[in-house]
Amino acid sequence: MRVKPYNKAFMVIHGTLLSLVLLTVYGFYSFDYKDVNFVEASIQTLQNVKMMFIEPHFSHFTFQEALYQVAITLGLAFLTTVFGAAIALFLGIFAAQNLTNKAVSAVIKGVVAFIRSVPTVLWVLIFAVAAGLGSVAAVIGMTFHSVGYLIKAYSEAFEEVDKGMIDALKASGAGWWQIIFQAVLPSTATYLVSWTFLRFEINFAVAVAMGAAAGAGGIGFEMFMASGFYYDIQEVGMITYFILIFAILLELVATRVKKNLKTAEV
Amino acid sequence: MTTLLELKNVSKYYSKDIAALSNIHFSIEEGEFVSVIGPSGAGKSTLLRCINRMIEASSGEVVFNGTNIRKLGRKGLRETRTQIGMIFQHYNLVTRLTVIENVLHGRLGYKSAVAGMLGIYSQEEKQQAIRLLEELGLSQHMYKRVDQLSGGQKQRVGIARALIQNPKMLLCDEPIASLDPGSSKIIMDHIKNISASYKITCLVNLHQVDVALKYSDRIIGVNKGEVVFNGKPSELTTDMIHKIYGSETGDLIFEAGERNAG
Amino acid sequence: MQVDIFLKKKLHNLSFILLLGTAVLGAIILTEYDVAKGFSSVPAAIQWALSNFYPDSESMEKFPDIFEKLVETVLISVAATTSGAALALLFAIAGSSTTQFNRFLGQVSRTIATVFRNIDMAVWSMILLFSFGQSAFTGYFALFFGSFGFLTRAFIESIDEVGDSSVEALRATGAGYFSIIFQSVIPSSISQMISWILFMIETNIRSATLIGILTGTGIGFAFSMYYKSLDYNAASLVVLVIVAAIFIIEWVSNYVRRVIL
Repeated sequence: MRVKPYNKAFMVIHGTLLSLVLLTVYGFYSFDYKDVNFVEASIQTLQNVKMMFIEPHFSHFTFQEALYQVAITLGLAFLTTVFGAAIALFLGIFAAQNLTNKAVSAVIKGVVAFIRSVPTVLWVLIFAVAAGLGSVAAVIGMTFHSVGYLIKAYSEAFEEVDKGMIDALKASGAGWWQIIFQAVLPSTATYLVSWTFLRFEINFAVAVAMGAAAGAGGIGFEMFMASGFYYDIQEVGMITYFILIFAILLELVATRVKKNLKTAEV
Repeated sequence: MTTLLELKNVSKYYSKDIAALSNIHFSIEEGEFVSVIGPSGAGKSTLLRCINRMIEASSGEVVFNGTNIRKLGRKGLRETRTQIGMIFQHYNLVTRLTVIENVLHGRLGYKSAVAGMLGIYSQEEKQQAIRLLEELGLSQHMYKRVDQLSGGQKQRVGIARALIQNPKMLLCDEPIASLDPGSSKIIMDHIKNISASYKITCLVNLHQVDVALKYSDRIIGVNKGEVVFNGKPSELTTDMIHKIYGSETGDLIFEAGERNAG
Repeated sequence: MQVDIFLKKKLHNLSFILLLGTAVLGAIILTEYDVAKGFSSVPAAIQWALSNFYPDSESMEKFPDIFEKLVETVLISVAATTSGAALALLFAIAGSSTTQFNRFLGQVSRTIATVFRNIDMAVWSMILLFSFGQSAFTGYFALFFGSFGFLTRAFIESIDEVGDSSVEALRATGAGYFSIIFQSVIPSSISQMISWILFMIETNIRSATLIGILTGTGIGFAFSMYYKSLDYNAASLVVLVIVAAIFIIEWVSNYVRRVIL
């Protein structure tokens, strides 16, 4: 006798898991391993990791310089977040279905889906052709992704605004912008701030990566130099510690912010 | 009659000075239907959970069927828990699974780790689950997911899960507190019938005095972690209700108690 | 009194704007961000993209090559996500306050996950590049470590969200630890977890592009090769192929989520 029903959800869950496992097995079989001796390379990696974290040192720059570079990375992340938030706030209002008509909302959401599907590094590199490698290309390229992410978050927050409240203001003769500024924005402010901060945390990691991959400067670029040019694993370790400490600090704050989000929901 | 459960001087401290339970002392005979009443926060839930050690008491003895539960090791505790069914206010079901799977969860205590992990149940266990669901009027919902059921139906699944353990005793923690009056009556009738026909001892936490008066053989009144009343429903005077619920109680409960007691 | 409240609010808003403005100014100076160039480069970039950044017939001949790289990248992302998820499930069960064996082990597994999560995949790939070189291992392990860290946190949240009510009920029936995990915790949270895994695969394909640029593998390498040789038509084809792949995966994920959640 069966206990589990063979319904659609059951089939889809098992089908998804099975396909993932099959693709993984096929993947492992088909990868180009380039004759790397797995055991040897793993042992070497472990030794490298040990050296990185146990004997980190500075050789090409100093502690103060490292702090300065982290500050640059934080600055890039901050500018990206502020620009992204400003643009997303404006477009997010038009993307919320309850504030505009369906067509406008659908168009914005479609464009946003496209923007988000292009990896950030490609945005940065595409902009670098016109603006040259550096902070301008990095910030604008990263802003694209931030805008995409925040428009989604903001418009969903706007869509959850109590319809009765908007109707009440409409009935009193308030105009569209008045409703936005007097009702919609104040009642969603906590959400907006929280989402923006969460994006700041993500942007820090992105800015590190862009420093390495797209010459945006900051601590990521130093890391790229230490590993790719000087082959100095101990310096890589030191830089990793720097990034790790700042990332964990940001995560702690973000977790607290997220808790605010949850209590705000209740 | 033989004594099935006896609590001797059971106390529970959550912090040093705040006693959730202090020196609880009572016993329950086999086949008895006993209600525990008292204001919210009086320690009713803690009391029930100290019996099957979902919460560890700080001191005292809990003697069930001749053994002191508080002295049992892991294995002994699991074996004893299989003999005590529990029903919860919020049903505590795995809502993404089907009704019958949730009922069969009551058998997990009898299984090895592997059989339990894989969810292997015998033909007899499945037949018993179906019989119980028929008895509780849920046979047409057998393969539905639990989250499609109403509150009253969910609580009946909870009862079936407890019964399939073949328990000697049922602990019911506010079984009707989240239900409407109609469903509440159905659930209480089911629990009462089960207690009578299967000879299962029941200990039920309630916050409605009238329900306790109607269904119980005996009522235990708890206030601020202490037993302040222990006797037959007919002995529960309005003064006593007043004492159990504290002096701030309004006239409403007073009247309700009086009407039903009379 | 009333005026006071409005005045207070205005001062509050004003000081917030001032603070934000100062911070932005500080960041602009620090990062040497050229504001004028920032504004002028957007139209310039659009103009450039419209006249150069589109696939032509010549670049279409490279499609088979690009497609092969894409398949490799997608497979690496799926493999890293799936194996990372398996490990993350173990750590999440050990780390969730609902299901942990004991407090100490719970804290240990949460800490390990936090460290892995906060070392960015780009950083991992640079570390791994030392010994694994430009092989598939580098990308795979970088994605694996990152996925493991992220999914552990996500899975812990999924388990905690389900709550401990059904766990409590099964404990009361005398069920053992593994029975409770497999009969209650996993069935309750599996849909949520699959949803996270699908999200992670999507994210990983984007990250794989970045890692590919750093380590010279997969679709990222294809892009950076064409980009550096100024073959923008082929580079744009790479972008379109990635977008198409992400859209397809997003579409499949949305379908799966609709059915199971």
